[in-house]
Amino acid sequence: MQFPLLSFIVFTPMIAGMLILLIPGERKTEIRMAALAAGAFALALSIWAYFAYDVTAGGYQFVEKYQWLPQLGISYFVGLDGMNAPLVLLTGVVMFTGVLISWGIDDRPREFFAFLFILATGVFGVFVALDLFMLFFFYEIAVFPMYLLISIWGWKVTREYAAMKLTLYLFIGSVVSLVGALAMYYVSGLGTFDMVAMEQANFSVDFQRLVFPFVFFGFAVLGGIFPFHNWSPDGHVAAPTAVSMFHAGVLMKLGAFAALRVGIMLLPEGAKFHMPWIIVLTLVNVVYGAFIASVQNDFKYVIGFSSVSHMGLVAMGFATLNHNGMLGAGVQMFSHGVMTALFFAVVGMIYDQAHTREIPNLSGFRKVMPVVAIAFIVGGLVSMGMPGFSGFIAEFPIFMGLWNGQPSSLWNGYGWIAIIAAISIVITASYIIRIVGKVFFGQLPAEFDGHVHDVNMLDKVAVVFLSAIMIVVGVYPQIIVPLVQSGVENVMRLLGGA
Amino acid sequence: MDLIYNNLLTLILFTPVLAALIVMLLPHKQENLVRWTAFVLSFIPLALSLVLWFSFNPNQPGFQFEQQVIWYPPINSSYHVGVDGISLTMVLLTTLLTPLSILASFSIKDRVKTYMVLFFLLEMGMLGVFLMLDLLLFFVFWEFGLVPMFFLINQWGSEKGEREVWGGRKIPARQYASFKFMIYTMAGSLGLLLAIQMIGAVSGTFDIPVLYQTWNSLTGTLFGLPVNVVKSIAFWAFAIAFAIKVPVWPFHTWLPDAHTEAPTAGSMILAGVLLKLGAYGFLRLVLPLYPAEAKYYAGALGFLAVMAIIFGALASYGQDDFKRLVAYSSVNHMGFVVLGIAAAAFVYGVDDPAMKQSANIALNGAVLQMFNHGLSAAGMFFLVGVIYERTHTRNLNEFGGLFPLLPVYGGILIFTSMASLGLPGLNGFISEFLVVRGAWPIFTLYTALAMIGLFFTGAYILKGIKQVLHGPLNEHWAGHVSEINARELFVIVPLMVLILLIGVWPNWILSVINKAVAMVFNLV
Repeated sequence: MQFPLLSFIVFTPMIAGMLILLIPGERKTEIRMAALAAGAFALALSIWAYFAYDVTAGGYQFVEKYQWLPQLGISYFVGLDGMNAPLVLLTGVVMFTGVLISWGIDDRPREFFAFLFILATGVFGVFVALDLFMLFFFYEIAVFPMYLLISIWGWKVTREYAAMKLTLYLFIGSVVSLVGALAMYYVSGLGTFDMVAMEQANFSVDFQRLVFPFVFFGFAVLGGIFPFHNWSPDGHVAAPTAVSMFHAGVLMKLGAFAALRVGIMLLPEGAKFHMPWIIVLTLVNVVYGAFIASVQNDFKYVIGFSSVSHMGLVAMGFATLNHNGMLGAGVQMFSHGVMTALFFAVVGMIYDQAHTREIPNLSGFRKVMPVVAIAFIVGGLVSMGMPGFSGFIAEFPIFMGLWNGQPSSLWNGYGWIAIIAAISIVITASYIIRIVGKVFFGQLPAEFDGHVHDVNMLDKVAVVFLSAIMIVVGVYPQIIVPLVQSGVENVMRLLGGA
Repeated sequence: MDLIYNNLLTLILFTPVLAALIVMLLPHKQENLVRWTAFVLSFIPLALSLVLWFSFNPNQPGFQFEQQVIWYPPINSSYHVGVDGISLTMVLLTTLLTPLSILASFSIKDRVKTYMVLFFLLEMGMLGVFLMLDLLLFFVFWEFGLVPMFFLINQWGSEKGEREVWGGRKIPARQYASFKFMIYTMAGSLGLLLAIQMIGAVSGTFDIPVLYQTWNSLTGTLFGLPVNVVKSIAFWAFAIAFAIKVPVWPFHTWLPDAHTEAPTAGSMILAGVLLKLGAYGFLRLVLPLYPAEAKYYAGALGFLAVMAIIFGALASYGQDDFKRLVAYSSVNHMGFVVLGIAAAAFVYGVDDPAMKQSANIALNGAVLQMFNHGLSAAGMFFLVGVIYERTHTRNLNEFGGLFPLLPVYGGILIFTSMASLGLPGLNGFISEFLVVRGAWPIFTLYTALAMIGLFFTGAYILKGIKQVLHGPLNEHWAGHVSEINARELFVIVPLMVLILLIGVWPNWILSVINKAVAMVFNLV
């Protein structure tokens, strides 16, 4: 029997979380060491999976399938393809760096890490699930610990409100898509939740058009699609640093990915019918998100809204329903995950020292934390789509996807969307430059003098690691592009296009 | 040796990155070690480009030393480098100015290491634009060069001065200038980016030599519009992006601020090389990809060029700040480059050999003017920096009568200014004459107006010299300013030698340029 790599990846965090709970709560160093070991182990496994995936063979690999509730056609069915392999790696990266920068958590670290790891299991599970029921199962596992993590360890001012808002939004979203999923289950008549089988279910066109919006929007809520995005900045801001990293870095991809896996891949006719208007919503995401980000004074809200803007690009890439757009969206999910994890890590480090996130009150942090400043600048360049970094590698194909197809007139095609969306690049550049200039350069205010210190070695490792990934992808896109492309080909096959 | 020879362009492009990495590993505290290492390492790209210069065959059409490796397969973009006579001169200019600028930066005291690293990255960005034959990677390097320049201005720019922004808030002038530089150029490049995406989506390739064929032979409709309408729009998208960089009036307003606030070496590179990226874009992309549109709009481009020449000169004359004066002179001089390009664009499709000959002369002049302005503008900015370091002012009214105190500096300043003014015997004359001679039969009125502009060029140059060197001595400086030192002489003397060399014997460089221009634009 083949080594069950994916099961190891999925359940390592959960088991580690349970084991950590067995350590006495006051032995904090041991708890942290155990968490770090688990994070490193999960990262190593996901790197292994990423590089062991055979691009030339394509398709689903490392497949494991066990009957779970055969009477209802539910099985534990996981597999890796080009679309989810980068996301598994991303989750491993964020989990590892999240543990590194959470070293300083002093309030019940045992429970914190346990919940964080349950969350990680849920996320890994959604990415690799090939069974619709399992996908929902892991989805709820991912959403539930979020509530506790935010409301217990979050920012005191808004944590109850934000945790409530986030959880309600996401549960409502998942219930809506569950309705769609159950409809698919019954209408298909296959008596199985196996998504690979459901791909061949031949749903009628009318059915697909009816159900697609439920499934797509139910998941896309978690992807932060306009107008259902406003849980996300509040949630990001209230969450503790590692949770924000997870939240924006990985959890939002969960929504986008599930919308792709369940919505677009199982209901391609529905996608073709609805995408022309959904793409307009994603345009609002991109441009409006950037505008809102540029007027925020709270550092964390800026990053929160920038996530809304960048996730809009992911949805936009999916909405083009063509090869380039999908490819760009796939790379953007990875790139944005790494970038935003870095951003939230940096914001957390500054807040820990300065105890404020008001941009006008921050200044001169380059002097105390030079490594963090450089890492943030790298992240900023990724964010503004600067060539040479991963953001460009992702955004360029998305825009090219908008130009594709040579429609009969400019207004039938998406060329005009590309032109408007391009505005967001300049707006993003302007707010990133403003933040870099204000927060990191200039004079360190007198009240911080002597009170702020450089971050510790673990934090440096985390931010350097994250920024190195973005540079490597930007300079050498071959490291991710063929993989994503093989995933895209599968999607395009279902969409009936080249 | 073969290894070097076969990868020559790649080596030229990435040795600066290697140099940056080496400098990064040096200890912070040993500033002199950092400076000297950077200086020595910056000669490697120069040496390699001299090898390139001498092994380049000017008689062979097309690109040489080509290398092509796939970079981004799904969208068919490849790392494709190659040089022809036009890019060769620009590569030489870049690698030549970098060591001189690094030597000029020895007076930088603050964070020397980071400064040098940024400088090498800047060099790589500029070289990449000149070497790339792939539209997407051209854009990659085009944008990437902004980042180091932004930080050079933002962090090492002049410390004095404030600018009022919206709401009456005051921010340091260097912050204002760097922000304006970055956003202006990025916003200007948006059209370029969109047009590149559109071209890529339509043609399925970004390879520039391939696009020369396929993009030009495109017919029918695109996006429901006739191809020539789409091309006209894309032409302007390209033209505006490049016009901002050149800069062509009225897109020049970022330049005086950026130049004035940048550190001395930053201004040298900015004026010496960065502005040429825009002109190079016109030559490499706009003219070959949009010959018909370029011809159609050549009159408009020529008009803007004349405006740049005249208003650049007048604005320059109106300045009281020495550095700003030199900055506006760049607008004035780059106008001639654009005038030559516009004249050549206008001749597309004309069969009259006399007109072709004129266009050829004008383009030769334009390319040579790019090189020449690189030398003289870098020299002028350096000389402004030299006097600023001694007096800590750039206000022309506070100088006066410094010639007796600084005889050597004064002589050098007059020499370089004269090159800038276009004195026969020095380099500026050759290229401006060629442009004017070539453009005369094509755009007679514009050329005549441009020559009136030349008159104002003389005026502002003489104003600068008079205010600094002549007149009554400002007693304040007696005993306080020291003569130009040996290190500074090492920066300026190579520039002066080249200025004189091109002035008296231009053929060594013109022969390379001429053949390239004739072959690329089919003007034989």
